[in-house]
Amino acid sequence: MKMATKITIDPITRIEGHMKIEATVDNGMVKDAKCAGTLFRGFEIILRGRDPRDAQRITQRVCGVCPAIHGTAAALNLDSAFEIADKVPDNGRILRNLVLGSNYLQSHILHFYHLAALDFVDVASVAEYKGDDQELNALKDFIVRGELAPFVPRYEGDYRFDVSTNQLLTKHYLTALEMRRLAHEMLSLFGGKMPHNASVVPGGITERPTVDKISGFFWRLNRIRKFIDDAYIPDVIAVAQAYPDNWKIGEGPGNFLSYGAFDLDGKSSDYATRKRLFLQGAVEQMSSFKVLDTDKITESVKHSWYTGDDAVHPSVGETLPNARKNGGYSWIRSPRYEGKVYEVGPLARWVVSYFGGQPEVKEAIDSLMKTAGIELKWMNSVLGRHAARALDAKLVADSMAKWVLELKTGEPVCAAFEIPDVAEGMGIVDGPRGALGHWISIKEKKIERYQLVVPTTWNGSPKDEKDQPGPMEQALLGTPVQDVKNPYELVRIARSFDPCLACSVHTVNIKGTKLGAMRVV
Amino acid sequence: MSAKVAEYPALWIAGAACSGCSVSLLNAINPSIQNVLIDPVLPGKHVSLRFHATVMAGQGEPVIKVLKETAKGKPKEYILIIDGSIPTAEDGLFCRLGEFEGEEVTMKDMAAELSKDALAVLAVGTCAAFGGIPSGAPNPTGALSVMEFFKTEGIHTPLINIPGCPPHPDWMTGTIAQILLNGIPGTDDLDEKLRPKAFFGALIHENCPRRAYFDAGQFAKNPSDPGCLYEIGCKGPYTYADCPTRQWNNGVNWCIGAGAQCIGCVEPDFQDKYAPMFKKIDEQGLEKFKIKTR
Repeated sequence: MKMATKITIDPITRIEGHMKIEATVDNGMVKDAKCAGTLFRGFEIILRGRDPRDAQRITQRVCGVCPAIHGTAAALNLDSAFEIADKVPDNGRILRNLVLGSNYLQSHILHFYHLAALDFVDVASVAEYKGDDQELNALKDFIVRGELAPFVPRYEGDYRFDVSTNQLLTKHYLTALEMRRLAHEMLSLFGGKMPHNASVVPGGITERPTVDKISGFFWRLNRIRKFIDDAYIPDVIAVAQAYPDNWKIGEGPGNFLSYGAFDLDGKSSDYATRKRLFLQGAVEQMSSFKVLDTDKITESVKHSWYTGDDAVHPSVGETLPNARKNGGYSWIRSPRYEGKVYEVGPLARWVVSYFGGQPEVKEAIDSLMKTAGIELKWMNSVLGRHAARALDAKLVADSMAKWVLELKTGEPVCAAFEIPDVAEGMGIVDGPRGALGHWISIKEKKIERYQLVVPTTWNGSPKDEKDQPGPMEQALLGTPVQDVKNPYELVRIARSFDPCLACSVHTVNIKGTKLGAMRVV
Repeated sequence: MSAKVAEYPALWIAGAACSGCSVSLLNAINPSIQNVLIDPVLPGKHVSLRFHATVMAGQGEPVIKVLKETAKGKPKEYILIIDGSIPTAEDGLFCRLGEFEGEEVTMKDMAAELSKDALAVLAVGTCAAFGGIPSGAPNPTGALSVMEFFKTEGIHTPLINIPGCPPHPDWMTGTIAQILLNGIPGTDDLDEKLRPKAFFGALIHENCPRRAYFDAGQFAKNPSDPGCLYEIGCKGPYTYADCPTRQWNNGVNWCIGAGAQCIGCVEPDFQDKYAPMFKKIDEQGLEKFKIKTR
């Protein structure tokens, strides 16, 4: 009988931040899996006692890949604490959507091509390139010179595309660098700079729309829309056709949570019900739609390196690091909804909006299932997450092309406010990687407490107080591993979640996976 | 085929960071990120980025081995780039980079090991250069800048600070070009905070397009208003960087251009002494810099 093998992948690279995966493989299958975030910075502790407005600037710095979503959630949080959530002018609402949407495009394109694709595409095929494309020939020269970092070392063994498809996808990898940069230019037109934009503030935004900015945004966006239609979506389909077994690995808990995103109407101050492009809600076991109830969110720390209570609401949770805690294995906490394990992210956002009856989402998913010849339940997989992310990019890009033309030059962008002596606030919204919540208590016009529950905290969470494994851990369980020395299946599953470790531990970063060192247990 | 190309090995490690510095580097235009990674970035010279956790193909122990083998095999030949500050409390357990031979490797230990034998260290971003956000009061993880870390560890490797939250891509590629063209910058090229004078030589305030409003006493009351943003907390009069002339993201905009205050993100006192970000700084501070306020 074969002995079980423990695989440690640390660091897991091509994600944001510091993350580690440990998996025990027995008879060729994952029997136990642990995901760990390996960096803690302590944002909640650092925020205490500061001017509440500074939270909008400081929390953006949680993550340089998706700062705009923290900027948005923090602004919503402060709007709610300052009692101006229903006062943001339409220009301010739309410009915030454009800032956030641009960050979605940057993040999704970067994720598919620059973080995930190297698990499927063999860049080395460019050594055989015979055409006259300047970029591919530059890459060929690079390969011929023989110093192949940062493309080696890597896991070998499962590259299935033919040479010309590998070359085409590698060309798209290079074009995608330009596209994601262009998305940052779009954001910067209204955000001042990126990463870490300067313009989103409580009450709205500081930048005023002008005709040159509107048309400059629109035409940059059109270039990216063309890339999404001509490259991104076809390339995801190509990966699905070459790696169809990836519809069957990476099955998460099957429960999906979304806070919705992109405010279509700013007149309601209730973020859980206001009209958004993507719907707020929860779907349990791919069945029926449930209305979002933020009181049902709790966090636990039993297996995290923190001291504190289990199953408490984020508005009262505390961050007390305990780096040597017995039984702890991650800097990530364990958020749960109704005490159950929920996945967040583009897939969750699309499943929730699908069951909630969002017409554009319903049409796109139905069409995808027909084209790919899959059932809805297969979406709960590695390929399902990539497909949902690509559709997400398309719907957001197409929607932005309409929104940018709704801007009205010369009209206000920002509402006035006073900082209250005492207040509570909540800001909830889906970012590129899923449901993000910020909570604040203000006392004597200063931050008394600030708490964040971010997407990768949900997805990358360790076991909770009931020992239920987190979503990514569940997605790893039961995975067949062909070669424990090259466990490409496991990194494909981890990367399908687009983990963002800097975010996940508002204070903590996840550590990468180490795959090489195998220890027989 | 081109003539022989010399390889300049580089290692990039991240401590208490957010990846914003790396994402900003991806925004480089001329040279582009492709030019930096793939092409000889200057004739006959190629930067071989052997380790960068966000872009590299590999993962796990094999990539930690790359770090260790480069330090051992190429002493005084490789450039070490650090983003993020270095958490030193709890023996560095607040930031672990990976595992090697069954042992966890902390940022603290790896930064020390790799710094000692590097040709030079570039501290990229305000966290690495000056401590930045993670070192904000009460600094719960004992996060240190590379400069402070070198003092506690007795490391004397040449150090260049490229602050910014994040740094402009030109500041990073420009400094690398400087090293490849002229060698490690000397004291003439750096200010007292070890920043290249080429990028950090003048106050934002000196070149600000809204400076005329300041001199005329026309001040904005709200961030989106026209006028000088000084009364609502702009830190431009305190902040050394070329943002007003260089502009961001292919030159399309910058913070003050978008109607937002400069928050002084390139400065050591960003976030604590410059806080609150939306409140006016005191006039005594301005006098220190011999700037006329009216």
